[in-house]
Amino acid sequence: MGARGNRAEREPGIVGNDRMGNGLEPVVSAPIPAQGVSIELDDVCLGFKGRQVVRNVSGRFSPASMTAIVGPNGAGKSTLIKGIMGVVKPVSGRVHVHGAQRNDLAWLPQAGELDRAFPITVLEMVAMGAWRRSGAWRRMTDEELDRVQHALALVGLKGSDHRIVGTLSGGQLQRVLFARLLMQDAQVLLLDEPFSAVDSHTTEELMQLLCHWHEQGRSVIAVLHDMDLVHEHFPRSLLLSGEVVAWGETAEVLTRENLKRARRMRDEQPA
Amino acid sequence: MMIHDWLIGPFLEFGFMRRALAGAWALAFGAAPLGVFLVLRRMSLMGDAMSHAILPGVAAGYLLAGLSLPAMMIGGVVTGLVVAFLAGLVARLTPLREDASFAAFYLISLGLGVLLVSLRGSNVDLLHVLFGTVLGLNDDALLLVTACASLTLVALALVYRLLVAECLDPGFLRATGGGGSLVHMVFLALVVVNLVAGFQVLGTLMVVGMMMLPAAAARFWALSAAGQISLACFIGVLASWAGLLVSYHLNVPASPAIILGAGLTYLISVVAGPHGGLLHTLRHNRQSAARLW
Repeated sequence: MGARGNRAEREPGIVGNDRMGNGLEPVVSAPIPAQGVSIELDDVCLGFKGRQVVRNVSGRFSPASMTAIVGPNGAGKSTLIKGIMGVVKPVSGRVHVHGAQRNDLAWLPQAGELDRAFPITVLEMVAMGAWRRSGAWRRMTDEELDRVQHALALVGLKGSDHRIVGTLSGGQLQRVLFARLLMQDAQVLLLDEPFSAVDSHTTEELMQLLCHWHEQGRSVIAVLHDMDLVHEHFPRSLLLSGEVVAWGETAEVLTRENLKRARRMRDEQPA
Repeated sequence: MMIHDWLIGPFLEFGFMRRALAGAWALAFGAAPLGVFLVLRRMSLMGDAMSHAILPGVAAGYLLAGLSLPAMMIGGVVTGLVVAFLAGLVARLTPLREDASFAAFYLISLGLGVLLVSLRGSNVDLLHVLFGTVLGLNDDALLLVTACASLTLVALALVYRLLVAECLDPGFLRATGGGGSLVHMVFLALVVVNLVAGFQVLGTLMVVGMMMLPAAAARFWALSAAGQISLACFIGVLASWAGLLVSYHLNVPASPAIILGAGLTYLISVVAGPHGGLLHTLRHNRQSAARLW
C-alpha cells in the first residue's frame, strides 16, 4: 500500500485501463515464494576505474516492499541499482538476494542507456523479456508471442509491435520498457528513473502498473526525482548521497534536514 | 550471346576465375554480416584497425614457415585477438576510450608487421599480404575461406539475439546473465578470423572493404538488422562478380576492382537509398517546407 493509500486501491476505475479489457494481471503468473524475495546489502562499496561512487551501504529491501531511492545528481543511485543487479561488481561488501537468484530480478534501465538508433522492432524488444523462460536461442512460441501482445496492450501500445523502436517518443519507449519488464515476470523490479522525459498522463498510467504489481506481492525499488510521486506512492525511501543519509519510512527519511544534508554531502565529495 | 560471354564466359572458361568468385562470395557471406554489426555499433573503423593488427602475426608466420597458410593464419588470429584484448583492457582500466586504445595498438601492430615482412620478404611479398592474390587462390586457401564463412554464419546464428541485446541494451544482457563480455569477445574473434581468412583473397587491407562497404550501403536500403545483413551479403556477392569481370575484361587488378565495385554501390546508396539517402532527404525536406507554407 502506498504511503497515503495506493492510487490503485483508491481509484480502481483508473487502474482498469487495460486496452484489452483483461485487467492488469501479470503476463505470466509465476508463484511468489511464501517467504518473499528480499535483498540485503552488506557494507557494499561500488565504483568505476578506481573511483568509489557508493560507500558502505548496509540495509535490507523487505519482501513485497515499495522503496524509492532518492538523492542529488551523482549520489550513486543508478550505480546502486546496477550493483544490486550484478551489472557493477562491488569493490567490497556483498549483495545477498534471499528467496531468488540474481537473474530473477528485473531491471528497467535509464532510457539514455539504450542505443535507440539500433533497428529493432517493438515486438523484438519486448520479447527480450521472455529470455529467462525461453532462452536466447529458441524460437518464440505462439504462447510467448501472445504474452508479448498482451503486455503491449497493457501498456497501451496495442498494434505497435512492428514499429521500429527508434521511431517512438520518449513516453512510448518507456511503455515498451515496462512491457519488457512485464514479460520478465520477476518478483523484484528495479527501475532507474522510469518517468524521466515522460508526460504526466503516461507517468500516472505507468505508476498504476507499478502499484498493481506491488499489490501482487512484488517488490518495487525505483530511482526517482519527483518527491510528490515518492510521498504519494512509496511507503519507504532510501536517501543516498554517496553513502546512506537515511533509510526507512518515507515521511521520516525525506525531511528538509536530511535532504539538505544529502546535498551538502554531495558538494563535499571530491570531483 | 555477346552479353552472356561477357558476363558468364570468363567463369565458364577458367578455373582460376571460378575459384576467385567462390572465394570472394564466401568472404562476402562471412564478412558482410559482421560489417553490419560494426556499423550498427558505431565501430566501423575497428575493422580497419583489426586488419592492421593481424599483420605482424601473418608476417611472423611467414618468417617462421615461409608462405605457409596455416602458419600465417594462426599468427594473424593470435595477434588480432591479442590486440583486441589489450585494447579492451586499456579501455576498461584507464580513462582512454576503446577507439583511441584500438588506434594506438593497431599503429604499433602495423609498424611491427611491416618491419617483420621487410626482414625476410621482398616488396612483392608485402604487396601480396596487403592486397591479396584473389586470382591465384589454391584449393587450400579456398577451403579455408569457405570454412571460415560457414563458421561465421553458424556462430552468428547462435549469438544473434545476444549480439542484438549487447548492441541495444548491454546492461540488460549482463543483468539477465547473458554474458555481455563473452558475446563481445566472440564477435571480435569472428571479425579477426574473417580478416585473416580474407587476406588470402583480397589482402589484409582490402578485406575490410568487403566487410564495411556492403554493410554501410545496406543501411540505406533496409531498416531491420536482418534486412541489412541479407542485403549486405547480396551487395558483396554482386561486387565480387562485377569486380572480377572488370578485372578480366579491362586487365586491372582484381582486389581493388572488387572493392571499387562495393564502393560504387555504397555511393549509389548514399545518393538514392530510401532510408536517409540524399535524394530522399532532399525530397522529404521539400515536402516539409511545402507543408509549412
